Amino acid sequence: MTKVIVPTQLRAYTSGLAEVTALGATLDAVLHDLDRQFPGFRFRVIDEQDRVRRHVILFVGQERCEELSTEIAPGVAIQIVGALSGG
Amino acid sequence: MPLQLYIATRKGIWVATADADRRVWSLSTPTFLGQQCHHVVLDPRDRTTLLAASRQGHLGPTVFRSTDRGATWKEAATPPMFPKGEPRARAVDHVFWLTPSNASEPGVWYTGTSPKGLFRSEDGGVTWAPVAGFNDHPEQLQWIGGDKDETPDGGKLHSILVDPRDAKHVYLGMSGGGIFESRDRGGAWTPLNAGVAIDFAPAKDDGSEYPYGHDPHCVVLHPRQPDRLWQQNHCGIYKLDRPSDRWERVGDHMPKHVGDIGFPIVVHPRDVDTAWVFPMDGGGDWPRTSPEGKPAVYVTRDAGASWQRQDAGMPREQAWWTVKRQAMCADDRDPVGLYFGTTSGEIWATRDGGASWDCIARHLPHIYSVTAGDA
Repeated sequence: MTKVIVPTQLRAYTSGLAEVTALGATLDAVLHDLDRQFPGFRFRVIDEQDRVRRHVILFVGQERCEELSTEIAPGVAIQIVGALSGG
Repeated sequence: MPLQLYIATRKGIWVATADADRRVWSLSTPTFLGQQCHHVVLDPRDRTTLLAASRQGHLGPTVFRSTDRGATWKEAATPPMFPKGEPRARAVDHVFWLTPSNASEPGVWYTGTSPKGLFRSEDGGVTWAPVAGFNDHPEQLQWIGGDKDETPDGGKLHSILVDPRDAKHVYLGMSGGGIFESRDRGGAWTPLNAGVAIDFAPAKDDGSEYPYGHDPHCVVLHPRQPDRLWQQNHCGIYKLDRPSDRWERVGDHMPKHVGDIGFPIVVHPRDVDTAWVFPMDGGGDWPRTSPEGKPAVYVTRDAGASWQRQDAGMPREQAWWTVKRQAMCADDRDPVGLYFGTTSGEIWATRDGGASWDCIARHLPHIYSVTAGDA
């Protein structure tokens, strides 16, 4: 199980939960499992060409990550960040 | 149900509800507060279903659906998206336009996106599929041009019009790209831009016209006379009576100091010769605000042969309003009511066909669209 920290913008999908867990050996697998649990979640974060959306940052551990094939080591958390400045 | 206005803004959706006389309006609390909502449209076939085009500043685009006139909302199970792995690697940035098909196709909707894509739903907006005849047409890249002639917020596919007599007959507009027409429900497309100015392109040596590449801002057809089309273009106001395929620049009859540039155009629900525009300044640096800071609506009642100013009740000066292409509409009542929303967050209304205007809401976010839903 991987811990995933969910930003406020996505908590409508997680019933308000700021932290959830998901299964998967890669970042892509974890995001698919999140989408299974919370339908619609993945498309708000990843576009139809499998690119991380422009104003979303994904951290795997403390590393920013754009590559969905990144392997998720046991005990490493994923944090999703809404990254947009200004109004 | 009372008359309602569905107000889509850069920060969410509000609903304004009228009393029986359309004098007193009550404004709802916001829905989707913080989300960029480009269009909210009531299904005229059931007068209950609402679709909303939304994206969140951080997150991807989607469509929300309400089957109880906005009390509750549910996200589309499959939002509009281009096929994964397609050669041009397009991804929908935002859903811009929503159009229900005609009464012969209950539950069928179209949507236009940025970048320019056309999508269709056959289940009331729950699932969406690309219209491949348009999105994958081998000449589509030529039609739409490059990203330099897009709006500041990206290219727009808008003004999807379904002929009330024939659901296979569909028009659409693109900024930029021009107007296109299909007679087979989106399989094949032909440009429909003859007679329309394209001032930003060099004149052709042989005097011929560009077939596409124009910039229609808003295109409408008359619901009772679908062969009458109007468009507010980047380069003027036009009328077209089918089967002709040549637009007539009726904006030439506007006062010269006002010009015929703007974004929205609205037709009278019953009178085919009556239409309204909201002129904006298209000179110099293209401020796209009311000319000289003196806002007005202009009406024609003779199919564009003449235009009259309608500004009673509006500020006389220092009102630098912008009204976007989806932000002006009419109701179905008699006398007709008109409504427009400004990017500075005000809603203005008239109950008498434009003779007098009142501000019915202010302090809203930047308004993208105003649509009316009448019982």
